[in-house]
Amino acid sequence: MTTRAWLLSDTPASRRQAVWGRRYQGWLALKRNPLAVAGLVIVLLMLAMAAAAPILATHDPGAQNLANRLQPPSAAHWFGTDELGRDVWSRVLFGGRLTLGMVVAVVALVAPIGLILGAVAGYAGGWLDRVLMRVTDVFLAFPRLILALAFVAAMKPGVESAVIAIALTAWPPYARLARAETLMVRNADYIAAVRLTGASGARIVLRHVLPMCLGSLVVRVTLDMSSIILTAAGLGFLGLGAQPPLAEWGTMIATGRRFILEQWWVPLVPGVAIFLISLAFNLLGDGLRDVLDPKQR
Amino acid sequence: MITAEALHVRFGAVHAVRGVSLRVDPGESFGLVGESGSGKSTVLRALAGLTPVSEGRLVIDGQDLARGRDRAFFRKVQMVFQDPYGSLHPRQTIDRILAEPLLVHGLPEARIARALEEVALSPALRYRFPHQLSGGQRQRVAIARALIADPSVLLLDEPTSALDVSVQAEVLNLLADIRAARQLTFILVSHNLPVVAHLCGRIAVMQGGQIVETLDEASLRAGIASHPHTRELIALSRDLEGA
Repeated sequence: MTTRAWLLSDTPASRRQAVWGRRYQGWLALKRNPLAVAGLVIVLLMLAMAAAAPILATHDPGAQNLANRLQPPSAAHWFGTDELGRDVWSRVLFGGRLTLGMVVAVVALVAPIGLILGAVAGYAGGWLDRVLMRVTDVFLAFPRLILALAFVAAMKPGVESAVIAIALTAWPPYARLARAETLMVRNADYIAAVRLTGASGARIVLRHVLPMCLGSLVVRVTLDMSSIILTAAGLGFLGLGAQPPLAEWGTMIATGRRFILEQWWVPLVPGVAIFLISLAFNLLGDGLRDVLDPKQR
Repeated sequence: MITAEALHVRFGAVHAVRGVSLRVDPGESFGLVGESGSGKSTVLRALAGLTPVSEGRLVIDGQDLARGRDRAFFRKVQMVFQDPYGSLHPRQTIDRILAEPLLVHGLPEARIARALEEVALSPALRYRFPHQLSGGQRQRVAIARALIADPSVLLLDEPTSALDVSVQAEVLNLLADIRAARQLTFILVSHNLPVVAHLCGRIAVMQGGQIVETLDEASLRAGIASHPHTRELIALSRDLEGA
């Protein structure tokens, strides 16, 4: 039996086969959307390039060579050099590590927190719901970048504080979303049936309610990726994220903007990188919505 | 086995159940009949603990339910819901759905295969998702889930009304067989008098949140009813059968 037949079997013979069969069908649905596949390919490619930065880089991203500053793209420096004679190609690769690493850290921090808070609030209801949602409202009321700015300014500027600051401002929409999804399923008969097994509230939320929220959350996270990247880059641009000489896309644009007319490649290359990854995440998110969002099925 | 005394349930301003009292003996099959909105399903959900009771007393197997329901209660009392499309988790396989009560009560998973056999479902369906099953098959899964932890009381909330007529009879016969084999106590809620008459030895008719009349099977078959609403229901079901 081929793997494909095994995955698409109408009568799976084990739990594993049933679960993988379902995943495979999701993948087939995603594959039918060429834009989503393009987004996925770009995202994976950029993540792989960032991960393999030490191998792909042609120069040390921090090595300065003032005799060779602001050189246009050439065989030696594929994307030219910046104002300190550093190789832009190498810096974009290493900058990708930092920028994408920040984004991944923010999502890893934010998605579980938002999911759990929202599901607990929605399932428990009553005063717990009210308290958690008012706290969420307070955080939602602040403009994202301003709150992150204030937070970073209060702590010392740097990558860690930027991650915490963005996380602090990014979780409320996820909590709201998870709560809304939970409210929709909490009175469903299948949840009532689980309650009738005598399962505890924690078990019901974790094993039965959360899986129903996961689809729309994943979609929302991928669609939000670009705005998280832009916020991270924005903090870097304002000098509150990664500090020089660290390479980070936002910081690179900030220092390169002085040369935008004569030595356009210095700010353009990291700008294109931000644009590409944001676009790719948006395309992927749109495709995932068609596959994962239960309301569209 | 089951006693309700002066049960009241209010949803905000709506007074859904107004002083219902009933007694069901062990092994008995008791039917609750009434129109939509007569409060019959609410009585059932209150017994199961899915709807809070505003007033009155519920006792099941000597256990006063005002003090809450422990795990032992949920092994003893189980429920089958009306809509088999809504009562199975859409993201879980049949296997996973049936495993859940076993995990909670610490029972062996070997029971899953036995439960599927008992409701006459092919083992090939075990790892399918609910959307890959027909309505009748889904309701059989729901019945298997209710039975898997060996309850002694089964609460049935219109178990056949969402199914095709041909499938209805199959599921009703299955329920009758299971009750005979397992000596279960049934409370069956339905708006369909023939369905209730098929399964139940004693019937209570509800209207406007109250029980207006209780009949035994013999008087139901004979069509002897004192309350006008019961007579209406009997006449209606005869009209429908004749049509």
